[in-house]
Amino acid sequence: MAAQSDETQMSFFTTENRRLADVIVARYPKRRSATIPLLHLAQEQHGWICDDAMIEIADLVDATPAEVKGTGTFYEMFKFHPVGKYVVNICGTMSCKLMGADELMNHAEQKLGVAVGETTEDGLFTLEHAECQAACTEAPTLQVNYRHEYRVTTDDFDRLVDDLTAGRRDGDIPAHGTLARIRQEIPANRAVGAVPPEEVDGPPAWLPQEGA
Amino acid sequence: MAHLRGSHRKGREPVTATSIPHAPGFFASETPRVVTQRFDYEDGYTFERAMATGAYEGFKTALTRTPSEVHDEVRAATVLGRGGAGFPAGVKWGFMPPTVWPRYLVVNGDESEPGTYKDRLLMERDPHQLIEGCLIAAYATGLSQCFLYVRGEMPLAHERIAQALNDAYADGLIGKNIQGTNFSLDIILHWGAGAYVVGEETALIESLEGKRGMPRLKPPYFPAAIGLYGQPTIVNNVETLSNLPWILTNGAAAYTAIGTESSPGTRVVAVSGHVKRPGVFEIVNGTTTFRDLLYGEDYCQGIRDDNELKAFVPGGGSAPWFTPEQLDVPFEGRECSAAGSMLGSGAIMVMDETTDIPTAALSLTRFYAHESCGKCVPCREGGTWLEKILTRVVQGRGTSRDLDLLLEVGATICPGDFPHASSSDLGLDATPFPYKMTTICFVGPSAFAPIHSALTLFRGEFEDRLIDDDAAGAIGVPVAISSNPTGEEAS
Repeated sequence: MAAQSDETQMSFFTTENRRLADVIVARYPKRRSATIPLLHLAQEQHGWICDDAMIEIADLVDATPAEVKGTGTFYEMFKFHPVGKYVVNICGTMSCKLMGADELMNHAEQKLGVAVGETTEDGLFTLEHAECQAACTEAPTLQVNYRHEYRVTTDDFDRLVDDLTAGRRDGDIPAHGTLARIRQEIPANRAVGAVPPEEVDGPPAWLPQEGA
Repeated sequence: MAHLRGSHRKGREPVTATSIPHAPGFFASETPRVVTQRFDYEDGYTFERAMATGAYEGFKTALTRTPSEVHDEVRAATVLGRGGAGFPAGVKWGFMPPTVWPRYLVVNGDESEPGTYKDRLLMERDPHQLIEGCLIAAYATGLSQCFLYVRGEMPLAHERIAQALNDAYADGLIGKNIQGTNFSLDIILHWGAGAYVVGEETALIESLEGKRGMPRLKPPYFPAAIGLYGQPTIVNNVETLSNLPWILTNGAAAYTAIGTESSPGTRVVAVSGHVKRPGVFEIVNGTTTFRDLLYGEDYCQGIRDDNELKAFVPGGGSAPWFTPEQLDVPFEGRECSAAGSMLGSGAIMVMDETTDIPTAALSLTRFYAHESCGKCVPCREGGTWLEKILTRVVQGRGTSRDLDLLLEVGATICPGDFPHASSSDLGLDATPFPYKMTTICFVGPSAFAPIHSALTLFRGEFEDRLIDDDAAGAIGVPVAISSNPTGEEAS
């Protein structure tokens, strides 16, 4: 929703996430580098990337909202429309293809009652074709919100869907948008701190000067 | 269950070892192991286990020497880059201009080459080894900040690395004045968001600058001269850096004693597809052959159901294919190139006699067409058309001219002779790797590689599904018009 006036403008990020966003931005020599991490943070909060998120991120990284959108739309993990609580990615690249990915995808479409690319009516599942998931020896593979499932049979798939629907996987598979649940935290007394490159004019302290 | 150190933010459930399944796929073999030793422990990724098994010893050794001595040690070890290009890390470091500051280190953990997954295991199962490698590289070459760029679709790797970084910071191994010296380094964990092309090092830098991940125009060929924020930048692969702790602990001489003179040390390779025991293995560089890997008891133990081997991809989806005739080629860069392919990223995909070759080729071409960033026209348009035409052929709607058209489109991406393996059945001599290309990076040629291999080695399988022009017209398929105006068959 557009801001009504400067007085009542609501920020997209929650107070805690805004604090996190400031911490993330400060880690880079140039603010713009925080664009992708902040898009992830926005997706974690909201499930997908909305305009308000991009407007606020633009402000945080010294870019225009169009530049943030330009960057975001290049990357497949960012969704610019609502998706299911669980995004199910079935790998179709070579090793998975050789080991039965097509059968698995056909079965998934039947089980979920949607075509690849679509979301179930209850908003629980979005089914997607994916490219190599770096688990080729365990083919065919899929990821639910980027958590791997290995050597998936059609029975396994049915069980997975039933478990997710019943909430039995809530402990290990968070809703779409949340990636890592452990964040990097740099203690203030240990941090070196990021310095803009133009403010550095010599070698670091531990490197002997040339010819010295 | 493994115990995790470090403080968790209030209100967030700590992630336990059981909350995410233990990454399967790795098999220990009898060969010397450089980077996978901690894989023997289920909790090898924890700070306690890492410290109890010698983590950061190599780095502490490095700190007792001058940076240039450490650089010399790495150069002497001839650590060939493990990301695909195989360029020696120590030499790459030396390309940085001596008087331009600051310098940055970017760790390429965006592993996504089809068939490849060694870096994911190295990040998930031994993050401290990788962090130690970053510290050694930064100390040796005066890098002031390190960015660990990890593929977005690997949340387990993120969690393990984040925890490892938090623990190492808390212990004084990263950050300001490390171990009481004047060496200081921040290591920042950075997230990718799903784009294969970002594995190309200049695209990786663009992405890290917050932009669309498109490769930069070359020259300069190496970001060592002009990289992140226009500054000298070292981009090293996860496995490459993971080798450094062992080298500093045991010495370059011990490292070069493993493998061959041109390819020392070990490699971590993933073998998948139609083998009895698909897996990730650490093998001796330079001497292990593909036959050892596919049939050896230590490794894959043969083709599934004792079927015949039909073909295999030796170095990731971008690599031209080998047939059983190349089984005795050793895992060595120059020999593999001379035989008509490349070692690439250590990924072998195996096809047995039951494999439908056109469908297998399509699964790879589709990947590269999908992953084209769109910057270079030959890749953006060519890759898309290769996929469309090949799809038509696979679905039994192609005509004979489609096969020539595939080669024609491929020639706009890669003019001239394309590398391929020799085949005594077909009277073919090998054409060595690499190829010429009209694109900035290797995504475009990679879309053509599987088609060229499959058409060169198994053309009959494509011809079997072709239909004639009348049949094509009857089902409304556009008939391919060759750009060859004389209508003669392409040779």
